[in-house]
Amino acid sequence: MNPLLLESESIAHKTSNNSYTLGPMQAGTPCCKPSTLLSIENLSLYYGNKPALENVSLDIYQGCITALIGPSGCGKTSFLSALNRLTDMIPDCTVTGNIHYKGIDLHDPTIELLKLRKEIGMIFQKPVPFPLSIRRNIELPLQEHGISKQSELSSIVQQVLLDVGLWEEVKNRLDSSALDLSGGQQQRICIARALALKPKVLLMDEPCSALDPISSAVVEDLIKRLQGSYTIVIVTHNLAQAKRIANYAGFFWVKETAGCLIEFGQCKQIFESPTHELTAAYVNGCRG
Amino acid sequence: MSKINFATLLIWLVAIVITTVFVFILAEIIVYGLSGLSWSFLVEPPQNAGRSGGIGPIIISTGLILFVAIATAAPLGLATAVLLTEFTPQDSRFGFFVERSIDILAGIPSIVFGLFGNAFFCLYLGLGFSILSGGLTLACMVLPILIRTATEGFRAVPNDYRLAASALGLTRSAALIHLLLPTATPALVAGLLLGIGRAGAETAALIFTSGYVDRMPDSLFDSGRALSIHIYDLSMNVAGGDANANSTALVLIIILFLINSTSISLANQWMHKRVISS
Repeated sequence: MNPLLLESESIAHKTSNNSYTLGPMQAGTPCCKPSTLLSIENLSLYYGNKPALENVSLDIYQGCITALIGPSGCGKTSFLSALNRLTDMIPDCTVTGNIHYKGIDLHDPTIELLKLRKEIGMIFQKPVPFPLSIRRNIELPLQEHGISKQSELSSIVQQVLLDVGLWEEVKNRLDSSALDLSGGQQQRICIARALALKPKVLLMDEPCSALDPISSAVVEDLIKRLQGSYTIVIVTHNLAQAKRIANYAGFFWVKETAGCLIEFGQCKQIFESPTHELTAAYVNGCRG
Repeated sequence: MSKINFATLLIWLVAIVITTVFVFILAEIIVYGLSGLSWSFLVEPPQNAGRSGGIGPIIISTGLILFVAIATAAPLGLATAVLLTEFTPQDSRFGFFVERSIDILAGIPSIVFGLFGNAFFCLYLGLGFSILSGGLTLACMVLPILIRTATEGFRAVPNDYRLAASALGLTRSAALIHLLLPTATPALVAGLLLGIGRAGAETAALIFTSGYVDRMPDSLFDSGRALSIHIYDLSMNVAGGDANANSTALVLIIILFLINSTSISLANQWMHKRVISS
């Protein structure tokens, strides 16, 4: 058992008069009984010899939305990619420290990477629909994970498109190219594609920043609806958005050359009574 | 005259000069070659060293040589490109050396390939003067073109696709087959066409490998004369062969044009079908 897990449990004893370990959710809908799903300890990340992230430790709670805020270039995206080991794809990138998912060491050499990424999905800043039809975009990963029955595929496609609120918009053109959709629709296709694999965790890297305000609002509402059913870690530059949807927030800042985690806590606390002066300055819009 | 107008003029001038050269060559071949073109010219064997008769066996030999060349070079080229772009780290020494070797190979004059083919395929491997020797020599020659264009094609595929595919738990081979290959198809087809064009027009590399024999080949181990060699022979060695040389050149141009247009439309259709149904 790692120390962070014990720590959060000891907090649970202190506040045993309510059902939440860290007190009731302060932002968003009360969604869950926070238990640690991902625990990150002393995570450091280097590109070549250059550190990008140093000594980050935090817990991601099951069913909650955790927002990561901070200026550009402070390693939030790198942090996110370390959580599903997408950092393996980046040449020269080394990760040290521990990440435990449901108690399993993510850097265990015996871990099945494909299964891990199926459980921990990722949405990118720029929507990346594949140059295939809308239907194929969702079916392809499913087939690769062993679902081959056409009726099953069709029902999953319909279900996830309903989940992301896209079914009515695209049900008559499932076989046309996903590239013809608008940016907001493309991003929702990408979310649907990830949801189809029934992940436990969704990592979202500024999913709204490439979208217009209306599409952005639609995607934000969608993320809010996913709260509770999925554990979501979202990187965002939109502080208002973080405030609206997140249960927990982590503030990253660049110290010397490497990014680090300055403060982590309940969303309301980070925004309303930050303990660190950098956090206070950032959320009040003075710096960054 | 303003700068922009001057630039526009220059661009037009260059375009016109290039087109004019092409039109002149084409016009001459058509003017002198069209009259000799007939069905019997296409199917009959040559007579009197090619002065009369047709080019039937020569078309067949050319087709067989091209087939051997492309059937060998295309899979090898594709595999090498995939290895270089998808399975070799960008800064590896191995990749660097392979790519430099390919660049050097691309710059070697075709006559050298001809001599190599003669020494290696005809003599060392004992294939003799044969369509197989000629095709394999051409394969060596077009391989650098195929690898280069395919490599560029794969590199042009946005890295986002690879990351997104990995994030969805797709294996690298699945991403390759379902995403990278279809996206790179236009580049692959373009490379294939360049290769076919180069192989189809090649003379020097074939003189020493597939030979001069102008009768119908019995098998791939038989010697066979390619269209380009026929043109060369008629215009250089056979007095009074110019008319048939022009007709043969016209046939060669038409064949290359047909190969180009059909493969482009096939590729388009295939891409379209992938998006729609597969």
